[in-house]
Formats: sequence, C-alpha cells, structure tokens
Amino acid sequence: MDKLFSGKFLFIGLVFAGLALYPLFASSYGLDLVAKIMIYAILAMSLELLVGSTGLVCFGQAAFFGIGAYIAVMLSPESESANLLWLLPASIVAAAAYALFVGALSLRTKGVYFIMVTLAFAQMAYYVVHDTKLGGGTDGIYLYFKPILGSVIDLNDAKVLYFFTWVFLVWTFVFLAILLRSHFGRVLAGIRINEQRMRASGFSTYPYKLAAFTTSGGIAGLAGFLFAVKDGFVNPEMMSWHLSGALLIMIILGGLGHLRGAIIGAFAFVFLQEFFKSSEIFGAFSKHWQLGLGFTIIACVALLPKGLVGLPEVLHKRLYGSRPRDAQVVLK
Amino acid sequence: MAETLLKGSGITQRWGGLVAVNKVSIELERGTVHAVIGTNGAGKSTLINILSGEFPPTEGKIELLGKEATNWSQAKRARQGLGRSYQRNTIFPDFSVFENCRLAAQAQVQRPWVWWNDAQKCKQSVESANRALELSGLTEVKERFAGLLSHGQKRQLEIAMCLAIQPEVLLLDEPLAGMGAEETDRMLKLLDNLKAGHAILLVEHDMDAVFRIADRITVMVNGSVIASDTPDQIRVNPDVQTAYLGGH
Repeated sequence: MDKLFSGKFLFIGLVFAGLALYPLFASSYGLDLVAKIMIYAILAMSLELLVGSTGLVCFGQAAFFGIGAYIAVMLSPESESANLLWLLPASIVAAAAYALFVGALSLRTKGVYFIMVTLAFAQMAYYVVHDTKLGGGTDGIYLYFKPILGSVIDLNDAKVLYFFTWVFLVWTFVFLAILLRSHFGRVLAGIRINEQRMRASGFSTYPYKLAAFTTSGGIAGLAGFLFAVKDGFVNPEMMSWHLSGALLIMIILGGLGHLRGAIIGAFAFVFLQEFFKSSEIFGAFSKHWQLGLGFTIIACVALLPKGLVGLPEVLHKRLYGSRPRDAQVVLK
Repeated sequence: MAETLLKGSGITQRWGGLVAVNKVSIELERGTVHAVIGTNGAGKSTLINILSGEFPPTEGKIELLGKEATNWSQAKRARQGLGRSYQRNTIFPDFSVFENCRLAAQAQVQRPWVWWNDAQKCKQSVESANRALELSGLTEVKERFAGLLSHGQKRQLEIAMCLAIQPEVLLLDEPLAGMGAEETDRMLKLLDNLKAGHAILLVEHDMDAVFRIADRITVMVNGSVIASDTPDQIRVNPDVQTAYLGGH
C-alpha cells in the first residue's frame, strides 16, 4: 500500500517536473498544444470533483468554462491590458456564481434528470452567447491585449503564459488533493457511495453538494480564463455540449475517482485526437478522425474498466498474478 | 417514571388510497427496548422511516428529547441524537471499518470549511469511532475493508455507525436479519448493553429474540397497532394470537 501510495506521488511529481522542463526544448506549436492540454486537465479535474468524487454526473461543465473565458475577454479594456489581480478573480467568481445558480436548482434532481438539467442550463448559456450580441454572436470576440500584472507577469509572452498555466495546474491538483481528504472531501465521498446513510448520520447533504458544485464551477472558470488568454479569442463553441461530453470521456478514460486520472485522461484524449487528425499518418482518412478516436476510446474502456490509472495494476496482475493486498489490506 | 426520549403521536401515512400507517402512537423510553412486530407490510419500516425523518408523515406529531421535531430534517434529527440502522446494509464497502464509523462520527463535528485539515486526524471523530467499534466488538477488524466483512459483522457495523454519532435514541430495522444463532446471541448481548443509556426501537422478525430482549412489544397489523404491552401480556393477548401468532 505504502509503495503504491508513494508511487502515485512519484508519478505525478514526475509529470509536473516534465511539464515544467518542457519549454526548454519545445516548438511554439508544442508549447501551445501542451498549454491547451494543461488547461483541459484543470477543467477535467474540476469535473472529476463532481463526477468521480461526489458521484454527480454533470453534463454542463463547458458552460462554466465558457463563462470564465467570456468574462475575461468582455471585462478587458479594448486598448490596454487588464490587471490580472482583478480579472482572474472576476472570471472565477462569475463562473462560480453561475454554478451556484445552476447547482441550487439542478441538485434537487438525481441521476439522469440531473444530467439533463445540467445540460439544459449549459445550453441556455450557450444560446445566450450564440444568438445575442452580448458575446459577439457566432463570431466570438477577440482579446487584443492580454492581462498583465505590472511588469512581473505579462501573459502576451507564450512562455510566461505556459508557466502561468502550469502553476495553476499544480495548484488545482494540490488544492483538490487536500480538499478531498478533509472533512468536506470525506463527506463528498460518503455522498457518492450512499447519500441516504449520510443523511441518517446527520449530514445535510444538499449544502455539501452545492458547495462542491460551486467550487467545481469556479475551477472551470479558471480554466476558461486561461484558455481565453491563451487563444486571445472566445467563441460559443467553448460552451457547446461537445466539450462537456469530451470532458466526461477524458475523466472516464483516465480513471474515475482519481485526480491524476483527470490529468492523464486530458493528455490521452488530446494526443489521440491529434494522432487521428494527422494527415501524415492517415492521409485522406484523417478527415474521419472521430471514428478512430471513438473506437480507441471504446477499446480503452472495455480493456481498462478502471481507466488508464488502472493500467499498472492490470499489467502487474498479468505479470505476477493478483496481489494479496487486493484481498485484505486497507485504505485507512 | 422513565424518561421519554422519542414520542410519536397519531402518526398516519397514506400512499394514495393505501393507509400504510394508521394513527400509530409510540413512546420510547431510556433504558428500554421497545419492539415492533407485525407481518410483512404491516407498516413497521414505514414507521421507522417516518420517525427517523426519511419522509414526513401525512398526519401526526413527533417529539424528540422533549422538542417538537415533526418538521426537522432527517439530518437534524440525527444530530440531535437519533440514530437508525437499515434493514439492508448501508455501509460504505470501499472504506475501512474504522473509516465507516469515523465518517458517521464526523457528523457531530462538521467543519467543512477547514478544507486543509486531514479528516483522518480529526480527534473527536476518531475517538467516537473507536468507542463505537469497541462497544460493538469490531475493534479487531477495524482496518479491514467493510465490504469484506461477514454478513453478521456488516450488521454489527451498521449498528456501530449508528453509535458513532452518539445517539440517545436507536431505531433498528431488523438488525438480526440473516444472522446465525451465534451472531444473534452476540447482537442481543450488544443490545442489552446499550439498553441502559439508550431508548431502543427494534423492528424484528425473529420472535424468540424479540421475546428475549424486549421490555415492551407493539404489534402492528395492516398499519394499525392492535396491542402494545409487556412481552408476557402480548403472549397471552387473544387478539395478537389470532392476528399474528396464529394461536401458538
């Protein structure tokens, strides 16, 4: 158990270290791609807090992401850079506020109804920016001057933006890892397994779920902010249900119930996408990249029911047979 | 006069045209085991669900520790000292036996905003959990995954999780279901130990066990109480004999 536990931290430590060193030898294309994946990883972790940790399958995470992004662009002045110190919190608070509203209503439902209600609220936000002039309609809006913090942080520089994103990736992981082992996190785990028992023990579960939902929305807003600043552009597609669906696939692919699963899933998903889209490898067939991606994901889920996180365990079993710890020893 | 900890008066539950519980009044006193028996569908579990706050009754009033509690949520009743166990196991199979109890105990010391503190280091809930495990005789297996316990141990854990919230009133829904003779003995001994400090409501099908442990028995048929008395009186009550015991 201890070995496995430290292995987990070693793995994630190496991933973060690798990501920190990556800009040393990255092309500008690679830098942009990995920054994008790191943002998706933050977003996927925000969804993991709901789906994997609390058992709330939210199908509207893209809305909070999009709101964070749109707020970042809409609140930026047109002819100069905004100050990070207020723009970033504004994005997070706006996304969290919408999550609080959506959560307050949707958490009264359960199961499939919850999935559908969160989807409906996300589509509502999508159509507001898609069909009104508020957010520039289908064309989206450009962000001409990226936010800065005095002369310390200038996000117009791709490398600075990359490290800025990296810091928030690590921060999100550490924050959620600590949160999940706290009183609050343990209650969420209890709610996931048996909400009725939690109520019978004396937990009012609704406020806990709402707090988790709002926190998740805020983190998604952070990811949206980073994405808008990275691309210098927002459009309604950021809020579409395709992204919400892709995020669910990421965390399932990586392994539900594990924070690092969300990070692994984000990387695996985007790499697979890039792989099947590549015309050098697939020629004309690369037009049908979704087919290849879909089959690969189905194969992964079928062969690795615990996701990519479960891969070492599966390999270990194949090589050495099952471990005694599966039968006895314990998570304290 | 013993202290009444939970009092339900005129409790009625209608599901459409069906009257599941019909004007039932019940009092639970500290230091007594009050058993509720009746055939399947007599409304025993519905009564427990209403008393514990799973859903509000159509009519009736509930008082917990002398306070009007009819409109309290289930969680509030639990925090005020009402523990319940379920007919089917509702333990957390992926957690250790200890963590099952610790998490339940945490309900008494909720500090969700202290997000940076490790829940495992919460002294109060750890102490409550250990005490509950000690009481219910599960200390030896506390490190084990709850899902790997034997059926009897899982039933014990169900009770231990109730005890972890330090309740004064215990509502136990068929704690003996599916248990062997030895396990039943152990459970009855546990209930006997708990009796002194608690008011216990016991819904149970095992008649031998009920007559061994109960101080008072309420008999329900089709949602109504047909008798409520001491075990000796219930045994000779002609109504009960025709309606339920079948003349034994």
